[in-house]
Amino acid sequence: MTERYDILVVGAGPAGLTAARTAAAHGARVGLIDAQAQPGGQVWRHDVRHHAPREARAAISGLGQVELLSQHTVVAVEPSALRVEMPRGASELRYDALVLATGARELLLPFPGWTLPGVTGAGGLQALAKQGWPVAGKRVVIAGSGPLLLAAAATLRAHGAHVLGIYEQAAAASVHAFARQLVHWPAKAMQALGLRTRLAGVPYHFGSFIRGASGDDTLSRVDIEGPRGSQSIECDMLGVGYGLVPNVELAQLLGCALVHQGAHPRVQVDALLRTSVSGIYAAGEAGGIGGLAVARIEGEIAGHMAAGQTQAATALLPMRGKERRFGALLSHHFALDPRLLSLANAQTLICRCEDVTLGELDGFSDARSAKLVTRCGMGACQGRICGTALAELGRFPRNGARPPVFPTRLATLAGLTTFPSSDDY
Amino acid sequence: MSATVRLSVNGQPVEVPAGASVAAAMAHVTLHFRRSVSGTARAPLCGMGVCFECRVNIDGVPHVRACMTPVIEGMQVRTDD
Ligand SMILES: Cc1cc2nc3c(=O)[nH]c(=O)nc-3n(C[C@H](O)[C@H](O)[C@H](O)COP(=O)(O)OP(=O)(O)OC[C@H]3O[C@@H](n4cnc5c(N)ncnc54)[C@H](O)[C@@H]3O)c2cc1C
Ligand code: FES
Repeated sequence: MTERYDILVVGAGPAGLTAARTAAAHGARVGLIDAQAQPGGQVWRHDVRHHAPREARAAISGLGQVELLSQHTVVAVEPSALRVEMPRGASELRYDALVLATGARELLLPFPGWTLPGVTGAGGLQALAKQGWPVAGKRVVIAGSGPLLLAAAATLRAHGAHVLGIYEQAAAASVHAFARQLVHWPAKAMQALGLRTRLAGVPYHFGSFIRGASGDDTLSRVDIEGPRGSQSIECDMLGVGYGLVPNVELAQLLGCALVHQGAHPRVQVDALLRTSVSGIYAAGEAGGIGGLAVARIEGEIAGHMAAGQTQAATALLPMRGKERRFGALLSHHFALDPRLLSLANAQTLICRCEDVTLGELDGFSDARSAKLVTRCGMGACQGRICGTALAELGRFPRNGARPPVFPTRLATLAGLTTFPSSDDY
Repeated sequence: MSATVRLSVNGQPVEVPAGASVAAAMAHVTLHFRRSVSGTARAPLCGMGVCFECRVNIDGVPHVRACMTPVIEGMQVRTDD
């Protein structure tokens, strides 16, 4: 089945929602694709128990003529077309212009015990709680780095969890310097203040990180390293995440150039959000971590651009510049403590799909040869977890993306002309 | 928001709010979602469709990500052991 659109937007987070609405307002036929069952992306993820924030509801209800294609995962690409898979069936969606708003995922770093049931990402645990995961009365530790820890802890508390503490790896001086900078972003300062109020009574520790997790067959205890030495805490759940990493796999598959700066690539765009491929734009965290405001303003710019309205897009550029500077501030003040990169020992599993330990990867200098010998990165997550962690640990850079972008039913790929004779599967 | 959905997890009945994920429903019954290739128990990690640790059998279809699947009345969910 083939369907034609003027403009396709991939990702129904704040960037994609705004891009789709903006483009449709110019009269284009717009399709908004997302793998999730509900629109909203990460920050506006549907919550089974609580209403979405007002701005999220406005963004979703304002979609108007936009065709929302939920539970559609883009798995492969063809010239000017995307191959999408649904729970039942697959189809090909053609476009004249494409906006990539694929967002970001959490950076998850391996440590002894991180595969135990009960250990999740921090944003991961927030997402699960919103999906209805039973957390009421559970003793929860939140750890890792960045403002997302506060948002996650607040959601967990709202769902009835007993949040024992938030453990931020960045030093107190660094976090306080960050907080002082928030005067330049009053909306963010208000949000931070609101979160602190909702988290009254929850201790917020700095310069602290999780060294290990243990338990018989599920988590029961975490070991924490802090400025005043180590301690153990009994808990039922640990949510630990070290910030965010852009989702670039689809852009890569489309041939869009990436910026390789630091351990994790982002999609390369010019000021008007044009990628290196004509007719393809990228908005939001796929183009670099920056938060909600960046996602919304870039969604609007990309929506205008995809509809051919360069002037309307150009008018928004000063706003984009200001919000993008916030991203730089984040990465500066929440830079990772080098001790986090040596938490995993030779026995710690790195590839959770194929159960490959860090020790087994000794002696390899690139992801491809490691994969051929150890199967590291060969599993269902396609290296999204282990490849990202290994890049952060400085072992080797991430592998290029290959189709399908997600594991796929064979029938979905039938007839694809661009499916390569893959040499490294 | 108050509507609920009933499904079965490894033969055990579970009732959760409409719109909940299969992962969330399962957590009422078990934290063991799958066995890894070397036999250790695994449960959701990322909560957002990236890690594939939450794969289960839903209505006879194997390897479906529980965190990406909304519950449906009468659904039959099984873990792989
Ligand atoms: C787990 C998590 C929780 C977060 N919680 C908060 C929070 O509480 N507060 C806050 O301010 N910020 C939060 N953030 C930061 C957040 O990423 C940004 O603030 C904001 O959501 C970015 O918007 P976006 O539109 O760029 O991308 P996202 O919101 O990440 O949306 C991207 C969307 O693209 C879809 N997608 C990606 N690839 C494909 C594909 N191949 N096929 C189909 N669909 C695809 C995804 O399903 C997703 O819905 C969170 C981030 C993560 C990872
Ligand atoms: S929990 Fe990671 S894919 Fe479902």
